[in-house]
Amino acid sequence: MRFMLLFSRQGKLRLQKWYTATAERDKKKMVRELMQTVLARKPKMCSFLEWRDLKIVYKRYASLYFCCAIEEQDNELITLEVIHRFVELLDKYFGSVCELDIIFNFEKAYFILDEFLMGGEIQDTSKKSVLKAIEQADLLQEVTWTPGKNCYV
Amino acid sequence: MALKIVKGSIDRMFDKNLQDLVRGIRNHKEDEAKYISTCIDEIKQELKQDNIAVKANAVCKLTYLQMLGYDVSWAAFNIVEVMSSSKFTYKRIGYLAASQCFHESTDVIMLTTNQIRKDLSSPNQYDTGVALTGLSCFVTPDLARDLANDIMTLMSHTKPYIRKKAVLIMYKVFLKYPESLRPAFPRLKEKLEDPDPGVQSAAVNVICELARRNPKNYLSLAPLFFKLMTSSTNNWVLIKIIKLFGALTPLEPRLGKKLIEPLTNLIHSTSAMSLLYECVNTVIAVLISLSSGMPNHSASIQLCVQKLRILIEDSDQNLKYLGLLAMSKILKTHPKSVQSHKDLILQCLDDKDESIRLRALDLLYGMVSKKNLMEIVKKLMLHVDKAEGTTYRDELLTKIIDICSQSNYQYITNFEWYISILVELTRLEGTRHGHLIASQMLDVAIRVKAIRAFAVAQMATLLDNAHLLTGNMQRNGICEVLYAAAWICGEFSEHLENPIQTLEAMLRPKVATLPGHIQAVYVQNAAKLFATVLKGQEGNTDSTAAQETSQLMIDRLPLFVQSANLEVQERASCILQLVKYIQKLQQKDVEVAEEVSALFAGELNPVAPKAQKKVPVPEGLDLDAWINEPPSESESEDEQPKAIFAKEEPKHSRPRHTEVDEKELARRREARKQEQANNPFYIKASPSSQKVYQDTPGVEHIPVVQIDLSVPLKVPGMPMSDQYVKLEEERRQKERAEKKKKEKKKRKEKRSGRGKKQDSGPESEEDITPAHMVDIVTEEMPENALPSDDDDKDPNDPHKALDIDLDKPLADSEKLPVRSHRAAESLKSPAEDGDVESAAIHAPKKKNGKEKREKKKDKDSDRKKSSKHKKKKQKKEKEEKEKKKKKKHHHHHHHSDGGGEESVQNGTVEDEEPLPPMSNYCLLAENSYIKMVCDIQGNLQDGSQVVVSVIFENKCDSFLKSMEFNVLDSLNSKLQRPEGSGPHDGLTVPFQLPPGVSNEARFVFTVQSIVMPQKLKGTLTFIVKNEDSSTHEKLDFKLHFTCTSYLITTPCYSDAFAKLLESGDLKGSSVRLEGVNMPFHHLLARICFHHHFSVVERIDSCASMYSRSIQGHHVCLLVKTSGQTVSIDAKCDEPTLLGNVLDEIKQTFSQC
Repeated sequence: MRFMLLFSRQGKLRLQKWYTATAERDKKKMVRELMQTVLARKPKMCSFLEWRDLKIVYKRYASLYFCCAIEEQDNELITLEVIHRFVELLDKYFGSVCELDIIFNFEKAYFILDEFLMGGEIQDTSKKSVLKAIEQADLLQEVTWTPGKNCYV
Repeated sequence: MALKIVKGSIDRMFDKNLQDLVRGIRNHKEDEAKYISTCIDEIKQELKQDNIAVKANAVCKLTYLQMLGYDVSWAAFNIVEVMSSSKFTYKRIGYLAASQCFHESTDVIMLTTNQIRKDLSSPNQYDTGVALTGLSCFVTPDLARDLANDIMTLMSHTKPYIRKKAVLIMYKVFLKYPESLRPAFPRLKEKLEDPDPGVQSAAVNVICELARRNPKNYLSLAPLFFKLMTSSTNNWVLIKIIKLFGALTPLEPRLGKKLIEPLTNLIHSTSAMSLLYECVNTVIAVLISLSSGMPNHSASIQLCVQKLRILIEDSDQNLKYLGLLAMSKILKTHPKSVQSHKDLILQCLDDKDESIRLRALDLLYGMVSKKNLMEIVKKLMLHVDKAEGTTYRDELLTKIIDICSQSNYQYITNFEWYISILVELTRLEGTRHGHLIASQMLDVAIRVKAIRAFAVAQMATLLDNAHLLTGNMQRNGICEVLYAAAWICGEFSEHLENPIQTLEAMLRPKVATLPGHIQAVYVQNAAKLFATVLKGQEGNTDSTAAQETSQLMIDRLPLFVQSANLEVQERASCILQLVKYIQKLQQKDVEVAEEVSALFAGELNPVAPKAQKKVPVPEGLDLDAWINEPPSESESEDEQPKAIFAKEEPKHSRPRHTEVDEKELARRREARKQEQANNPFYIKASPSSQKVYQDTPGVEHIPVVQIDLSVPLKVPGMPMSDQYVKLEEERRQKERAEKKKKEKKKRKEKRSGRGKKQDSGPESEEDITPAHMVDIVTEEMPENALPSDDDDKDPNDPHKALDIDLDKPLADSEKLPVRSHRAAESLKSPAEDGDVESAAIHAPKKKNGKEKREKKKDKDSDRKKSSKHKKKKQKKEKEEKEKKKKKKHHHHHHHSDGGGEESVQNGTVEDEEPLPPMSNYCLLAENSYIKMVCDIQGNLQDGSQVVVSVIFENKCDSFLKSMEFNVLDSLNSKLQRPEGSGPHDGLTVPFQLPPGVSNEARFVFTVQSIVMPQKLKGTLTFIVKNEDSSTHEKLDFKLHFTCTSYLITTPCYSDAFAKLLESGDLKGSSVRLEGVNMPFHHLLARICFHHHFSVVERIDSCASMYSRSIQGHHVCLLVKTSGQTVSIDAKCDEPTLLGNVLDEIKQTFSQC
């Protein structure tokens, strides 16, 4: 996987993870271009598209688009599965996740993603062990943080 | 202390945390930029504080802002500070920030090496994990080289959590530092059979990624993977393995045969769509690679096609899309199996999802035959009519043309039909593909001789009705076809029925509104037509007709002479004068037709697009050689900003080498462009014709005909393609009937009752003959041109460097740099040392006695690298010569190299001397069986811990096992032993050593006081196992804990440093070093490296440095140099520690 993006329906970037070195300027350009392309697609369209020399796999969960760029030979369906798995992990960790959870605790979302994927490859296929690792690491934190609904407003 | 914490938390109450920031941004929607800029100011203030919690909070906020697109590169150093915090909470944030913000050109990355190494060896697995995750995002070639060995050791960590991360990150390390692949591969392979499924799947992932790029080196792993495939139940792993096999089979057809069965089983049994899809894809790939010389696998293909049909019929758009995608792969080799599903695919053309329609279109391309081409194109034409949105319609248009023109118009039996299709396409509203249609018209008219008469007639009608095409400004793209029409009518004017009418059409005043390049063609071809007309008219006795024609030209051409377009103007005035001259001759009753048409005599033949490329270069001609030697570049251009220390080692990796060349090239190209742009004598590209057209005066006075487009256009006199479909059908039927008749006759003659199926069966491909003998003129190619067309692989592909043979046994020179061993040098024979001198030519020659000795030591390890690079370089050069490329760059390179050497001799750029590699590992003990080298580092996380990393190297031919490491504890220092073991028990080394292998183990010691150095006696016991016997052996050693090993590299700000010195808590001491003969930055780098300091500030020959002990003592140095004398003034809150550290520094430099 080359990179993963999370953005909202309004075209606001919520999370980005690049697995290959890319210059900041190119990143911005690619993000902008990709968001436009994906947001312009109609709801009933399939989740794949060819973009530059990459394949884009995206899926919309509520107001958030999860979008992965993979290479020519990669499997689209398993990438959808990866996205779904990540959403499930977020859901378990935050307790029915919503966009605000990810906005306000974006570093936590990154930590979860980093436990799940590394260098663009799946680290662990077991949801349980990913969550366990995160919980253990959280325990080491000075200020323990309990996942749950905060008042974000 | 307690007060400090309280104070810190009170401070923090007033800081914004991340959530406040996010909330603030959401509440300031109108003036977001202003709000954020005040936030950034606050963050800058926070970063200046000493409290690490405040800093971490600031860095966390910066990471968020970075995501919003703000530049935070200025805070890179602060990120490093937070990364090196001992608290996991902050370390985690620091690494996250680094992984989001750092990239290869971030210069502070080189400061992180030691920090990352420390974190990797941390006893806390989450520290290690966080470091590995971060590293995977920002690893650079330097980091990869320096840390490869540490990460490789982690692949055998006791915790699967670390193992799996270490295995995954190895892939990134390989990409950045390809030399690490061979030494690390055996262990990676081992991990394929790791007891932990996570580690196993990580190893499968990495090897699969490697093998996909360079499959041939991984063929030997096939049996192992086959076993895994048949035993694994994890779909994620299965998919990877199957993908791997897909890459291997093209190289080993036998493997393919073996694979078919388990794969088809999986296709039948699995319920996971992703796995099914992968299997189908791989079966297709296997069958494609087997297609030659194998018995038919029609059953497998049928199975795949069946499954794909189910996918396509599924209501899930994703499956539909993928089904079509996979279908198109089958199509290439087994078109027949796909063609039977034509109905389904045509159905998909009506799908509401555009991406699915486009996929279906792709498929159609391969599904046409002579028989169904007309039918399919007819269907597509219908879609063109109802398509909404220009993108899809344009796509349809290109597809129609692609389908018809593929493989030299193989499937077109009736070119009249095709021309009329092209003409119909010209009625498309707002298409951008006018030029595509035009080039098809030209191509067909030129290459299919039999069709010329028809084509010319059609084009003449088109020219006649040109106003319909150009009437609407929006449809400008389509006027390109007029270019083709005009050219065809002119070039093949002998076929025109009424050339005068066409000539008039071409000279209408409205033509002047067309784009310039089309007008130019009009003018030129009007002249051709004129020649033809004259020829016809002069045959007649009536000479007035010919003179009238000349008059027509003379009347109309001035319009073009006034054109703003140079090309049009030039051609028009030329031709006008010519016609005037002709008119004069005509008035004298001279026959001119012959001579005028001689102007345009001769036939044009098509030339293949690549013909020029294939003309062989004549012997003795070197296209890359300089005609004139280029002037040498000014030296100032190559000057680089000087780094304070730790210079980049020059050219140590191949990919970077080429990159420099590429960059250099791009830079020159840019410079040239710039120069050209500024040069008034350089003719720039002509402005676009569009613009010229708009600039033409009086455009607005030209009446523009608006046509009602709701009524489908019917150009009068234009035939419809449908008509030809019908005609063609009739023709075929007639042909068939005739054939049947003939056959009947034959049968009658033979009186045989067989062959009945022939007349009832559908006509096959071969039966259809083209309507008229179609002579497709093939494109001309130069003699002795080679047919092969090798598309060069991208030389910048990072994976190319990983094309490494993995089965060859490891050579000594390939071991990973283990921060090389200082003591090992003495073992090398003098002969080898001689080699060193010759190998390291690029090192500057200016050396003094002392330095020379030092250099030799270090170079020895360098030699391994440089000789390897040399080999590689040679290989590369050979490749390049073969390609006859890049010779120029090489030339240049040598040139600048020479320049560099010169300046060294002048003694001006002393500082640029590369820093010799350094190592902290020193010899612990050695006998004939085993060698131990060690490195001692304080543990940042725990003020009372020291980690000793020992590399054990087996020097004998026997197996070493049951190694036990034991140390006699002192009152102050104790070896940490597992719970339950006695105070004198040894620690088992967690590995065995086969002959020639080395491995690293880490031992943790607890120390109480760190102000004094101390020595600990220890013993290593081990069993030497031969084939027949095994003996107990032991080796004594002395572990030396210097005070330096209690220091930890800690970055420090200059203002914080100043505050520290002002505080007055520190006690001073100083030392002088005499006869130090090395550049100042080398001196600093040495202190940094060997004694764990960091440079706070450097001004000329004076530098301030800082370090911190594991128990929090501050150590500050002020280093000054003048001549060969170095004076160090030092301050520390613990005078004994300071004294010892200074002694050790002195020691280091007395050894040089």
